[in-house]
Amino acid sequence: MSRQPEGPPPPPVVQRMRVRYTKRGRLRFTSHRDFARAFERAIHRAGVPIAFSAGFSPHPKVSYAGAAPTGVASEAEYLEIGLAETRTPESVRDDLDAALPPGLDVVEVVEVVPGGPSLADHIEASWWRIVLPGVDQAAAETAFAAFMAQDSIVVDRPTKDGVKPVDARASVVSGGVVAAASGAGEPGCATLDVVVRHAIPAVRPDDVMTALRRAAGLSTPVTPVVTRLAQGLLDAAPPLDGRRLIDPLK
Amino acid sequence: MSGESVFDRLEPLLPGVRKPVQYVGGELHAVVKEWDCADVRWALMYPDAYEVGLPNQGVQILYELLNEREGVLAERTYSVWPDLEAAMREHGIPQFTVDAHRPVGDFDLLGVSFSTELGYTNLLTALDLAGIPISAVDRGLDDPVVVAGGHAAFNPEPVAEFIDAAVLGDGEQAVLAITELVRAWKADGRPDGREGLLLRLATSGVAYIPAFYDVTYLPDGRIQRVVPNRPGVPWRVAKHTVMDLDEWPYPKAPLVPLAETVHERYSVEIFRGCTRGCRFCQAGMITRPVRERSITTIGEMVQRGVAATGFEEVGLLSLSSADHSEIAAVAKGLADVYEGTNVSLSLPSTRVDAFNVTLANELSRNGRRTGLTFAPEGGSERMRKVINKMVTEEDLIRTVATAYGNGWRAVKLYFMCGLPTETDEDVVAIAGMAHRVIETGRAAAGRKDLRCTISIGGFVPKPHTPFQWAAQLDHESVDRRLAALKAEVVKDKQFGRSIGLRYHDGRPSIIEGMLSRGDRRVSAVIRRVWEAGARFDGWSEYFSYDAWVAAATGAFDGTPVSLDWYTTRERDLTEVLPWDHLDSGLDKEWLWQDWQDAISGGEVEDCRWSPCYDCGVCPGMGTENQVGPTGRTVLPLSPV
Repeated sequence: MSRQPEGPPPPPVVQRMRVRYTKRGRLRFTSHRDFARAFERAIHRAGVPIAFSAGFSPHPKVSYAGAAPTGVASEAEYLEIGLAETRTPESVRDDLDAALPPGLDVVEVVEVVPGGPSLADHIEASWWRIVLPGVDQAAAETAFAAFMAQDSIVVDRPTKDGVKPVDARASVVSGGVVAAASGAGEPGCATLDVVVRHAIPAVRPDDVMTALRRAAGLSTPVTPVVTRLAQGLLDAAPPLDGRRLIDPLK
Repeated sequence: MSGESVFDRLEPLLPGVRKPVQYVGGELHAVVKEWDCADVRWALMYPDAYEVGLPNQGVQILYELLNEREGVLAERTYSVWPDLEAAMREHGIPQFTVDAHRPVGDFDLLGVSFSTELGYTNLLTALDLAGIPISAVDRGLDDPVVVAGGHAAFNPEPVAEFIDAAVLGDGEQAVLAITELVRAWKADGRPDGREGLLLRLATSGVAYIPAFYDVTYLPDGRIQRVVPNRPGVPWRVAKHTVMDLDEWPYPKAPLVPLAETVHERYSVEIFRGCTRGCRFCQAGMITRPVRERSITTIGEMVQRGVAATGFEEVGLLSLSSADHSEIAAVAKGLADVYEGTNVSLSLPSTRVDAFNVTLANELSRNGRRTGLTFAPEGGSERMRKVINKMVTEEDLIRTVATAYGNGWRAVKLYFMCGLPTETDEDVVAIAGMAHRVIETGRAAAGRKDLRCTISIGGFVPKPHTPFQWAAQLDHESVDRRLAALKAEVVKDKQFGRSIGLRYHDGRPSIIEGMLSRGDRRVSAVIRRVWEAGARFDGWSEYFSYDAWVAAATGAFDGTPVSLDWYTTRERDLTEVLPWDHLDSGLDKEWLWQDWQDAISGGEVEDCRWSPCYDCGVCPGMGTENQVGPTGRTVLPLSPV
């Protein structure tokens, strides 16, 4: 005797939206699980007509593209939702943003054209900005040049099950120290940009920092603050300065 | 400047600690007020980790109602885990609130809610990190007044050294009264300093000030007398009772955390108090009389609360939720409102009663029928008479048969081990009961894949209950009885595999026992064990029995008292109990008579449905049971 869920099957998905959201300020310490819970509650508070999966424990139709690590801020996180009724992207953006706490901000929503590439197909790399308090610009430049001069730098990443070796260099496409004149840097606080191709295992900004400390002798007196500025496809059009990523929602 | 945020200094430490989100605040419905807009400022603490403390109903109620007042500011603080504690000590960061990350030492008051005695060492950590002297006697004019509340505050003597005040009973009106007294004292220019404020609190009757009572002891270790040592300080301090729950519909918009917590739901207290008269139950004794929230207020609170939070679960809380006079209408009304939505309803704390299965069926319209929980508490009929849990084995079997027959697949049964007069046979009898449960369940459900989980905890005698005089069972005997029960459960091959047994070793209960019925001499133990590193004693991975035993041995050396003296020793009627000057309304003569009745197996009916048996609370406190029915229904605020 197999049990059947009671009641009629849930209404189907009639519209899909892709969402760019942020993790700013102190809310960068939310883990992905924390965000997912907060987002699903925000959907309910906002009254967005989310579709549910069928079965004994229906789940809201939300799929997340790879999330930034806990503690890393982001201007460019992505997810996709399925709706049971149609809405305009603007109303979904405004309603969700109003229902989320400040710092978790919904900044852009677009409707998905059926039949096109998946969200994951639009994302192959991340642009990370690493602010290094207590590090002057010249030291950061020297260390980053030494880092880029090598083909491979394997670092040990601590995990729950012990340390895991990760090649922190191979996935780094490009990068550089942001010129102080651009306004990003201030004396004794260098700003480093790196573009990292998504791979398995994923290379995180802290792996890059470990490699800079170990292989290139950089010393960071204060914990760096990292922000993901963008995700997308690498722009192959020459010249490849690597900092330009193609917006996945365009 | 006072009240300045420490977040800039805290932030660089957060990437290095576990679950940093618990320290950043920013929850939905959190309130951050300007420091200078308030003249009375409360820091509210739940002395456990954020994941346990955040959902605490008491703290959320007080937080919301204090912040609703002009000129009052309330922020929350929780225990930090040892990884952050070490980093804070290294960098000189004080205990902070999660709302605006203000130093706890800058507030006027630090309110601490103790629902369990095992949070005492965490209070000491917080005080120390805050830079507040650990002993109340060392505090100065600008240190916060440390106020204890919660059920454990009905015997705050073990923490008397560390707190300035304790509030007994319902906190809603009491915190507002304290706020006004503090405001007036500050406006008057803080006359007579800290002592002046504490004297105002004491003489108004709003709070118990331990320092204003002298305790003397007999040569054998028992208390001789407890005497006020200031003029105008009452001999006994009475508990507070909120008499109209509909006037206090809190929490209205509870905090919705980003971090995962132990309860992820909107909870509404459907009534307060319980007169079932279970003799082991401190909560049921100290919260009398029964005060129901009306069905219409419950309906409004649930609908507003769900809309405000987005929670998918609603908990209808009380000490015995199915006893609300209109629970059937509440359950049906809410089930109607939320039919077909993602919102599920739950009814914790249900008695063994087939009616409760009907209720659970109603509430589970949207969800799966997974597990139901009942609390027979005692394994044998005799034992249940002793504890006044009037449930026969036939009641239980009929109830679980109904549950399994209605499609519920698992039943959890709560029991206690170590109850007064208990024998090995009383505990082993639980196995036979569980076997019958499975056997009956299989017949009723027509299937074999059913589960019955027995969850069993060590009994700790509590103040203000008929068992306050009882000897606590030593932990070796508890462990022996539980081992015998386990052997008996698995012995039966036919049913044993369908029965799970959950229990903990008996040692933490002994420490809880000392902290529950201790007096002021226990403060020295708490201080010693904390200095030796005790933290988070409610967590088995942190709790160290050996450390507590060593601290007790050291602190009691050369005195007539000991860990055993506080726990496994039976008291007699003439002994002055450490909490006798704290008035829960219960008449001591009645408690003693009920204790005698327990030993002889005499039962007491619920006074909601049978004549008053003179427990003393209503006449003593000027209160009475407030129960429906009102005949009204849950009305939806808007079509869902």
